[in-house]
Amino acid sequence: MNFDLSDDAKTLKDAARKFLDARAGPPVARKVMNDGATHDAQLWAEVVDQGWPAARVPEAHGGLGLGADEACVLAEEIGRSLAPVPLMSTLAAIEALLIAGTEAQQAAWLPKLASGEAVGCIAWAEGSNSPTQMPVTKLDGGKLSGTKSPVIDGLVATLAIVTIATPEGPAMAIAALDGTTREKQDTLDLVRPSAKIAFNGTSAEALGTAADWVRLTERLAVLASWEALGTADAAREMTVAYAKDRVAFGQRIGRYQGVKHKLADMYIKAELARAHALHGCWAWGAGAPELSQAASAARVSSLDALRFTAEEAVQLHGGIGFTWEQDCQFYYRRNRLLAASIGSRAHWSDRLVRALENRNKAAA
Amino acid sequence: MDFNDTPAEAEFRAQVKAWLAEAAAEYLTPPEKPWGLEEFVARSKAWQLKKFEAGYVGITWPKAIGGQGLTPMHQIIFNQEESRTFVPNGLYSIGLGMCIPTVFTHGSPEIAGRYVPKALRGEEVWCQLFSEPVAGSDLASIRTKAVRDGDEWVINGQKVWTSFAHKSDFGIVVCRTDFDAPKHKGLTMFIVDMKAPGMEVRPIRQMSGSSDFNEVFFTDVRVKDTHRLGEVGDGWKVSLTTLMHERLAVGGKPRGAPGYQTLMNVAKGVETDSGPAMERADVRNRIADTYIADEGIKLTQMRALSALSRGQIPGPEQSISKVVVAKTMQDMTAFAMDMAESAGFAVEPGSDLEKLQGSYMWSAGLRIAGGTDEILRNIIAERVLGLPGDLRPDKDTPFSQLKPL
Repeated sequence: MNFDLSDDAKTLKDAARKFLDARAGPPVARKVMNDGATHDAQLWAEVVDQGWPAARVPEAHGGLGLGADEACVLAEEIGRSLAPVPLMSTLAAIEALLIAGTEAQQAAWLPKLASGEAVGCIAWAEGSNSPTQMPVTKLDGGKLSGTKSPVIDGLVATLAIVTIATPEGPAMAIAALDGTTREKQDTLDLVRPSAKIAFNGTSAEALGTAADWVRLTERLAVLASWEALGTADAAREMTVAYAKDRVAFGQRIGRYQGVKHKLADMYIKAELARAHALHGCWAWGAGAPELSQAASAARVSSLDALRFTAEEAVQLHGGIGFTWEQDCQFYYRRNRLLAASIGSRAHWSDRLVRALENRNKAAA
Repeated sequence: MDFNDTPAEAEFRAQVKAWLAEAAAEYLTPPEKPWGLEEFVARSKAWQLKKFEAGYVGITWPKAIGGQGLTPMHQIIFNQEESRTFVPNGLYSIGLGMCIPTVFTHGSPEIAGRYVPKALRGEEVWCQLFSEPVAGSDLASIRTKAVRDGDEWVINGQKVWTSFAHKSDFGIVVCRTDFDAPKHKGLTMFIVDMKAPGMEVRPIRQMSGSSDFNEVFFTDVRVKDTHRLGEVGDGWKVSLTTLMHERLAVGGKPRGAPGYQTLMNVAKGVETDSGPAMERADVRNRIADTYIADEGIKLTQMRALSALSRGQIPGPEQSISKVVVAKTMQDMTAFAMDMAESAGFAVEPGSDLEKLQGSYMWSAGLRIAGGTDEILRNIIAERVLGLPGDLRPDKDTPFSQLKPL
């Protein structure tokens, strides 16, 4: 039994933690928010230097050819540090190409994404649709028409994976974003801005099949679960530190069971989610049929852990936690970004049960 | 990442499987009708002896005291394979899991030599006499008194929640030997003969209707000083050895307890105002939540096993297990009964719903046994997250002078 991250992934995680502890964190997030910037360009250049966008890109395309484990630990550390860089969106676009890209499409885009020359994003949202509901956006004669919003990192991206309506269900197209009309779409997350992108005849190519899009959403659910875990851990650790320091009624508030039991619940929810996130990582890496159930469980449990932790972090900080100056808002807001990033909790909870039904049917 | 055995583990597993196929041949399917207590005890003794002779008892214990000197991973593999059968193995779980490690850790060589071999062979059954009516979570508040009389001790008092006390030959009992010392410092541990004059065992009937535990009354029960475990006044330290082993034992979902699959089975047969239950969002959501809790704990245990398999100590994540499992069981079973309307309330023997009803009753006890939900949250908060402990105003005062705030 070896149900654990690979040693290489642990080494990468330690290195990423060290780098981001020094270079990112709430003050860096706050600066991007205050400046109204799309991202921290200097930090992004350094992240590219670290080789992180190249992690999953095969060596033949100028990447490092690393596994699912490594992508997951990068997601976790980005989540923990709130680093305002478009890494998650770029890793997502790379997965789309790895799953569905033709050789020519991979050759055209993977080297650019690996080197930071291109920045990716996933343009699937059209308001209140779920990732598996048919979008309005169409690809007709190599031209896209439709509007996607909110597109996370859509202001800084140069390349979009765009979901389109096909007879088989939602599928993907790939489009360069130069020349498209985009404007900022305000969202609850002020550190990782989103765009509204209008495609009015933008040139694009179809990318894979409808089934490929479903497979991509599963990988993105696993990645988002690791990111949520990292964010939840950071929020919990900040709150634990506060509870050890803050005094009320002559005691550190962390002595009160009303406080410490909430912190214990944060830990319980996070560890439950971590087990599922690890299962999702395994199923992705092994190409196992359990991926649909593992990814769904990772998604739901990580969102539960993050929402509980982000909300109770504000509560346990008391009044100061509700101020603009305190860092609780970053976790509270990021909880909403991650809850929306690739389909809601309700969507994935239903997908989990569907996966279990399918498995039971297959076994019967 | 993988879920496979190492080659050495696979070899041991194959050996265990082959042995069980033959030795446990009569236990490969559940018994046709449940055994009575006497038959359960007789079968347990026979099975334990078979296991001992094959070298599968005390797998992790030192060879010098009759164990096998193998790793926790060997024990886990044996347990996994044994639990695929229906052998009677519960009678010894407390004795061999908790009492005997305390005996050989803290008893004299003579005492260990007298008791350990017979326990290994299953000739003698052991129970643990810790909790009292006034001392459950706060174990160090026990009042059962032991007074020295020459080279003997005289014990008076009452213990409670003792599993298998009526079928046990010996027990380990923690007593207060110094009422003028602070609560943790006046305790001493002894081995007691359950058949000694002055011992009385009475079964407790639980709210579920069944009787799995006992209360034990001590009236002038005499114990030789040679049967003391550890120094006089060191009973708290000694009991921590026992409880450390209990924490390893009380963990995942009880074997055979219903889970998300049972909920799915029941939902399939239920029609509601808004259509089939399986199509209702709240039902599907509860199935998902139950899967996440139960499978999450299984996967968490696999994380711990992976550490053990590498010869490392598992992380603290195992501590979430019981607090998740017990409450999930209560919530899921209540949901399923509600979903089934009145059929969830009427008892029909042999149905899936009856299983859920039984678990609903049992879950209330599971949330208390082996550390309440509240104590377990304290432990996570204090030992894992490093938060300060509750203030304990009774910690340094002589026990005899304690007054509640």
